[in-house]
This record gives sequence, structure tokens and C-alpha cells, in this order.
Amino acid sequence: MSLTEKEIIKIARLARIGLSEDDKQVFVKELSNILKMVEQLQEVNTDNVQQLQSITNSSLPRRKDEVTDGNIAADIVKNAPMSEYNCFVVPKVVE
Amino acid sequence: MSIIKGKTGEWEIVIGLEVHAQISSKSKLFSGAATEFGAEPNSQVSLVDAAMPGMLPVINEYCVRQAVKTGLGLNAKINLKSIFDRKNYFYADLPQGYQISQFLDPIVGRGELVIDLADGSTKSIGITRLHLEQDAGKSLHEHSPKYSYIDLNRAGIALMEIVSEPDMRSSYEAGEYMKKIRAILRYLGSCDGDMEKGSLRCDANVSVRKPGGELGTRCEIKNLNSIRNITRAIDYEAERQVELIESGQSVSQETRLFDAGTNETRTMRSKEDAMDYRYFPDPDLLPLILTQEFVDEIKKEIPELPDQKKARYINDMNLSNYDASVLVADQETAEYFELVAKDSDAKLAANWISAELFGRLNKNNQTISETKITPDKLRGLLVLISNNTISGKIAKQVFDTMFETGEDAASIVEKEGLQQVTDTGAIEAVIDSVLADNPEKILEYKSGKDKLFGFFVGQVMKLSGGKANPELVNEILKKKLI
Amino acid sequence: MTEIHKLSLKSAREALKKGEFQAVELTKSHLDAMEQNKGLNAYILETRDIAIKSATIADQNIKAGNARAMEGIPVAVKDLFCTKDVRTTACSQILGNFTPTYESTVTSKLWQTGAVMLGKTNMDEFAMGSSNLTSFYGPVQNPWKATGSDKILVPGGSSGGSAAAVTAYLAMGALGSDTGGSIRQPASYCGIVGMKPSYGRCSRYGMMAFSSSLDQAGVFTRDVTDASIMLEAIMGHDSKDSTCATLPVPALEKALNGDIKGMRIGIPKEYNMEGISPEISKLWQTGAKWLKEAGAEIVEISLPHSKYALPVYYIIAPAEASSNLSRYDGVRYGLRVPSENNSLDEMYELTRQKGFGAEVKRRIMIGTYVLSAGYYDAYYIKAQKVRNLIAEDFKNAFAKVDAILAPTAPSAAFAADIKIDDPVTMYLNDIFTIPASLAGLPCISVPAGLSNEGLPLGLQIIGNLFDESTVLKVAFKLEQAANFVGYKGK
Repeated sequence: MSLTEKEIIKIARLARIGLSEDDKQVFVKELSNILKMVEQLQEVNTDNVQQLQSITNSSLPRRKDEVTDGNIAADIVKNAPMSEYNCFVVPKVVE
Repeated sequence: MSIIKGKTGEWEIVIGLEVHAQISSKSKLFSGAATEFGAEPNSQVSLVDAAMPGMLPVINEYCVRQAVKTGLGLNAKINLKSIFDRKNYFYADLPQGYQISQFLDPIVGRGELVIDLADGSTKSIGITRLHLEQDAGKSLHEHSPKYSYIDLNRAGIALMEIVSEPDMRSSYEAGEYMKKIRAILRYLGSCDGDMEKGSLRCDANVSVRKPGGELGTRCEIKNLNSIRNITRAIDYEAERQVELIESGQSVSQETRLFDAGTNETRTMRSKEDAMDYRYFPDPDLLPLILTQEFVDEIKKEIPELPDQKKARYINDMNLSNYDASVLVADQETAEYFELVAKDSDAKLAANWISAELFGRLNKNNQTISETKITPDKLRGLLVLISNNTISGKIAKQVFDTMFETGEDAASIVEKEGLQQVTDTGAIEAVIDSVLADNPEKILEYKSGKDKLFGFFVGQVMKLSGGKANPELVNEILKKKLI
Repeated sequence: MTEIHKLSLKSAREALKKGEFQAVELTKSHLDAMEQNKGLNAYILETRDIAIKSATIADQNIKAGNARAMEGIPVAVKDLFCTKDVRTTACSQILGNFTPTYESTVTSKLWQTGAVMLGKTNMDEFAMGSSNLTSFYGPVQNPWKATGSDKILVPGGSSGGSAAAVTAYLAMGALGSDTGGSIRQPASYCGIVGMKPSYGRCSRYGMMAFSSSLDQAGVFTRDVTDASIMLEAIMGHDSKDSTCATLPVPALEKALNGDIKGMRIGIPKEYNMEGISPEISKLWQTGAKWLKEAGAEIVEISLPHSKYALPVYYIIAPAEASSNLSRYDGVRYGLRVPSENNSLDEMYELTRQKGFGAEVKRRIMIGTYVLSAGYYDAYYIKAQKVRNLIAEDFKNAFAKVDAILAPTAPSAAFAADIKIDDPVTMYLNDIFTIPASLAGLPCISVPAGLSNEGLPLGLQIIGNLFDESTVLKVAFKLEQAANFVGYKGK
């Protein structure tokens, strides 16, 4: 299973990772190698096999509906590269 | 059903609605931050909501209950095992880079909702599913030409996404569906249904086809925040699609926005090839397993819902379909009505509430829970009408005073001496007096001017200060004018 | 006693209690050693002030007779765990100078038992790697060198820094994380003990997520006893982590002294693969012999789907990582590379292009691919199904045996200047450790012998789910029999 450059570009776009021209070639090679390795799974018969859903087979624990958090606006924006009025500031997205 | 008459013939509109209802919980779906509307930016945001490194979701049991309750209220199948999936995409108001939602295994499956149509008939609209998911944050675009400001207060609030089958055939039906869902949610208490605040939103999927033909390509119109916008958007979109097809082009499947200013829909600027969300089960959350006992327990909590109330009002209280519908549209109104009708004439109660009370409430911008006329006060007034203590006309006067002052009817009637005069002797005396004063008019009446009967009645009422019993006045006056 | 930092955790604890020296002294001894061994690059951030402060409080507690389980014990923390007000980076450029305003649960537990934080250790970026060569802060040196050689070797990964620190006596214990072998493999390369408890035993709250269904915190120590002490301190239910087990923490330290007579030890025949290094094979057989001499019964078992563990892992882990790492986008913390066109998408792409290293990008890309439309069924779902088969294999095995003995790694530590064209070559380092991770089982690496070049080789004990006690008990016996002489230091 070999990936094409077109596919690499599409994946990088989905993952929002910028690619240089060199990157594209390297990824085509490396990712194709990885895919080749994982191809072996196709030989395993998994008819009637379920996906592993959890290690412990227990149910999702639920918490009470109480306000136990928040009111930490300063902490929330503390590490932000750009913030103002306690909001995160990003390049404008026009819809 | 509405038909569009196009150049090449008739067209049918096919509509499905996806409703997003914010659950009225105190804290968010997967975090303990508060959910109240209108707080300072990022003040209702936990580290989990802000997707800080290492943060993990923990589900709110109240939200799970509300989803089950709503499913039961929609006569839907509750799935005892459901899975949370990650819906992956990048956007500034989505801090995790994914939304926790439910894809293949939602908590609620197929159900139905019955809408009431104008002609008194009903139509069943299929519900495909209901699932739980996180709401996103808000991007504020107006503060700067270059930047957007992100407030995550809304990020992580619990949403129930309710998907309908594409069973609606007109914008009217869509509007009724929306009204009904809103009523049910409010009756159940799982969502406050406030479309203005955004706790109830709707996306409409619209396509057109020749009647009996195959389904056409649909477009999704996002974020419709009022019934008016929903109906207008659907109407515009359906016309747009018909024109497009009839001019030889085809409808491309896309996401559109409705511009309330121009009443048109337009393509979303950020149009991409169909987004690949790469759904997969969220490994931070185990499968949600519910017991049948848990579901049954919730079923007991469900109050009488609009359809059941309406049926009861029609069958047991003899109300008309229309009157019953008006009363059950709002749970508070229905409860108010039931209290009033407990010991009074149900039809009378229905009339006074929908005609008189609603009118006053609207004019004064009050809700039925705010009015000074409490249910037992209204009942008091109706009793006075039923036992003929006052006439209908006087009752309206009394009602006005009650509305302003909150006094009870009996006191007002007593204080202002408004009791109806039913003493035939007294009425006769007044009639005689009026007739004596108007001999020419009597002659004119007897010579054919029937309309003058009203004049005499009016004079009698005037002279009696409005207190004469109108039926008796009519009866006696008729006799005297023969 | 000038080299008090070379004591075992347990001995130090006793000495502190007896008043043979102070906690501040012990901490200072470590800080000096760290100063002299900066070349290893085990630590990327030293927290001297915090350490002295905690040690001072520890001395007060010890004096007042209120010593807690790890009172005054200096430890190192892998930079994957968020430490309040102390920069935490996952050794990635994309986190910049991120300083958490919160503490991870496992580190919180450590501080609650009185442990002293010496600093944050180096690691492969975002815990992805088995060499510590992918760190933004540079590689870590394995304190060990091959006999007669000066060549710098890798400590293993991803918890290379923590392993090197404990090996070179720069910490009495260190926190690490293990997703596919990131504690066990470095422990083997460095000749120390490294243990990963069952999935769900330790809270993942505050631990930067790589692969959520596999990640688990664990410990490095110089002996098995110390491991039981430190592990007991960090295990436990946390309501902030929905995947955390609600089981009570077993008394691990106490469990060590039981004997293993009659215990059945499984030897998975599939691990004896074609091409396995003879010295690894030999050590494995020797290990079995030791356990037999200690009274255990050696049983051959079959884990038929073993060879598929690697492909399963390299589908599931990258898939989860591709989603977990989406939050590193330059918006709320860490690095932001501005977009000249004032485009949000461009900002994302530039930030992530610069901020992530090559291996991380590789894994995000593969992960994105296997989850994408058209490939999800063939890759992700398939992998989860085969994962189930692998877990079943173990379940069946544990019906026949109480613990499993296996090699930890296919080789000893390799050269740091290794040139690798194919990423898969590096992934093969994890073939013995990945299977137990996929099944969520508790497992430990115990240093058992030296390679022909004089480098440490470890042996792995894998236990049944939530049976950390048995794993430690068997490991203890193995350790006694092996009598491994640890790193002597410069």
C-alpha cells in the first residue's frame, strides 16, 4: 500500500500541518513504509470478532450536576499567545 | 403540504430538521463549569473546557437523564448502551480540535412527534435519533477588523441533537414541528426552549422533487434561531432550488446560512469538500450503560405532555380542537387553565383565557405566571358569570380592574355595585321609562326599522348602568314592542 | 556518608527516620550529582528551590514523627506530567513555555506522600519514541557504555531522561509513562527497574495524552522493593479520569515477601521468534531457570496473535494521538507562528509544522489516515478487533499461568548516532513490550544480565489484569536470583 503525494497533501490538510516540498517526498516514503507494515493485519480473520471497547468492561461513571469549576478566567488565558478582555485572540474568520 | 408551481410543473418540498437543544443543567456535559447565559468571557470555563493538556471529560448524570427523558417524551427507543465518539475538525471555538458527540450508537433511537395542522388534523413526523454532544464556544467578530475573540463559556454545554426524518412537506409544517418540540422540551424541563438566547437552535435540510419522484439533492441551512427565520429560509431555499433545476442547473449539496436581513440563503464562505470528521469512539470515555430500571424510573417523572392534555381537554371537557391546542401550547398556560377549570365551566375558562387574558398579557408584556389574576381569582370571576351575578359585559369591566389591582371579582362587584339586575319588575320599570321617553322611535320601529331594537336595548343598559340582565331585557322589550 | 544519593529509596527512608541524615542533605546531595552530570541531559528543568523547600518541610514532618510514605525522597518527573507553576513541555517545541496552573493527579499524590521534586526529565517528544532522540531539548545519554567503548548510547525511550536519572543516581525514583514500552524498554537499556501498572490503576488527569487507551503512568527505581513503594504511592482511583479503575490500592510493598512456590510461569512460544538475538534468548532461558529454582513451575504458553501486536499498535496509537494532539494549535497556549495572511488555518499549519518534530508529525499523519473516510474500517476497526484477539490470548493464557516471563527488548542499548531510513526499524524495539500494553496488563522490566558488550539486558514479567502484586513478587525473586550489579557511576 503506497501513498501518493496527493494523499499526503490531503492528510496534512486534515491534520493542519504545513508541508514543505521536501516534506512531501519524505512523508510519501515513510508513511508508505508504515502502512506496508500494518498491512499484515489483513491476514487475520476477524469475522465475528468485536472491537475492544474498554479494558475493564465497566460502565461510564457519572458525576452529579453541580457547579464545581470555572471562575478562573485569568488562569484560562494565562498561557495564551494572544488574549484580550480574557478572550483568546485569533486571526479573523469570516463566515 | 405546499406545492411550488414551477415553470416545468409542480414541485414538492422535502424538509428534515436537526434541532440542537441545550440541556438546562447547572453544569456542563463533561465539566463542572456553570452554564448560565451572559457571563463574563471565559468565566464559566474549566481547564477541561479549555482543552488544557492532560484534561479529561467526566459525564454529568443529569444530562444523561434529560436525554432519556426527552427520548421517552418523543416515544423513542432508549438505547441502553451508547458510545461517545470524537468528531474531529479544526476551528477556533473548538478547543479540543474535536467535539465529543455520538455517531453510530446514540443514546436514543427512533421515535415520533405529532404536529397539529391548521385544519385540525394531525401529522406524525418521524424522529430518527437523539444524541448528546458538546456545544462549541463563541467567536466574536465585531470587535476588531483583523481578529476574532474567542469566548469558551458556551463550549462544553450539553446539547441534545434531535434529528427528524425528512417527513415535512412545507415550511408551515416545519414551523409547527419546531413549536411542538419546543413545547415538549419545556414540558419535560429538559430545555428552556429559548430560541433568542440560543438554547434552542435548528438546522434545516431542504430539497425539492417532483411529486412522487426521487429525493433531490438537499442543502443544509444552519443556525436558524427563530420560527420565522426557519419558515422564511425554507421558502426561499425551496424556490431557489426549483429555479436552479428548471434553468438546467443542478443543486449542489452544500451548507448555507440564512440572512434575516435579505431573507435569502447563501453559501457558507468556508465551503470545503465534504468534511471528513474521522469519527472514532472517544477513548477517554467508556461505553454508557443504562439499566432498564433507570429508564423506567425516569418514565415515571414524565408529566402529562401536550398531546395527552389536548386529548383530555377535548374528550373530557368538550373543548374544541382549536381551543385545546391554544391552551396546551404552553405548559404554564395549561396548568393555569386546569386550575381555573377545576370548579368552573371549562369552555368559559378557555374563552376567557385565550380571548381576554392573552390579549391583556400581550399588551402589557406579561407572562401568565406574572399576572395579578391568579387562577382562583379568574375562577371567582367565572363563577359570578355562570350564576348570573354579573353579565358578560360587566365581567369584562371587572376583569380590567382585576388585571390592574389584583383584587378578587366578588369584592370589585360588591364595591362598585355591579351586580346584575335580574329583578323583572325593576327591568320592566326601566324599559317602561325608556319607551316613554322615545315615542317617535317606537313608531319608527313598529313601521319596520328593526335596527332600532338595538337602540332601545342600549338605552335600557345605559339607564341601568349596564347592570340589567341582557337576556331579560331582550325578552321583556320584545314583548313590550309587539 | 557522602554518597547518600546512591542509597536505595527504602534505605534512605529508614535512614531519614533514624535521623542518620536530613532530607535537605539528601536533596542537596542529589542536586550536586545533577550538577556534575549535566552532560547526560537527563533533566531539562531543575527545580532546586522547590526541592529545598519540600525537603525542609519533610525534615519537620520526620522530626515530628509524621513521616509519610515517601517523606523527603527526591524524585524526578517526566516532562509529560503537568506540574503546577512549573514549565511542562512534553519535550516539544509546540508547548513553548507552557506553565500549567494545575497539577497532575499522580504528581499530586507523590507530593502528598512527602516526595521531593528535583526536576522535569527529558523524553521523546510527546512520548513517541524508543530512544529519546526525538526530544526538542536534545538527546539523553545512557550512563552505560559498551565495554572498552566511548560511544554514546541511547537510554531508550520515550522516558529516557527518567531512566538515565535513576541509573546515574540523580534521583531515587522517577515518574515515567508507558504506552507501548516507554518505561520497560529504557529500564532494560539502563539496567534499572521499570514498572507499568495495569491500565486504569493510575489517573491520567494532568498527564499529556498521547494514546488515551494505552497511556499509563509508572515508575523507575533501582530495585523492585523501591518500585513497590513508589508505585503504591501513585496508584489510586480518581474521579477526574473516567477510565480510572475504582479498585482499592493493594499493599504492594507488603506483597513482595511471599514465595512463589507452585506459581506457574508462562513462556510464550511466539516470542521466541526467528532471528532473536542469541544472548537475549539465553538470558530468557536463564531467567526461567532462576524462577524454577525458586519453586515456580515453567509452562509453555501460546499467544497466537503476538506478531500482530506491532501493526495493531501502530494503527491505534497514532490514531488516538492524531486526535489528542489537535489541541496544540497555537490558540490557547504554547507556540504560535503568526500567519502573514491573517488566516486562522494558515496559523494552524505553520504552528504545527514548526512546533512538532518529525516523528510526531509522522504519527499524526498515519493516525489521520487510518481514521479517514474509506480507511477507517480497514485499518482502525480491524486493529481494534485484532487487539481484542490479543487480549483474549492473554486471558486464555492466564487461565493456565499466574505470570508470564519474556524478554523486554530485542537488544541492548544502541548507538545514539544510529542512522535510520525506515521508521519501522525503530518501532521494532517495542515488539516484546507492546502486546501487554494492548491488553492493559501490569508489567515490569527487571535488570537480569549483561550483553556480550557489557550492556544491561532486562527481563519482563507480565501479570494478569490488576495483579500488580504477583508481578512484583515474581520480579523480586528474579532480582534476587539475577544479583545484577547496577551502574557504578563515574
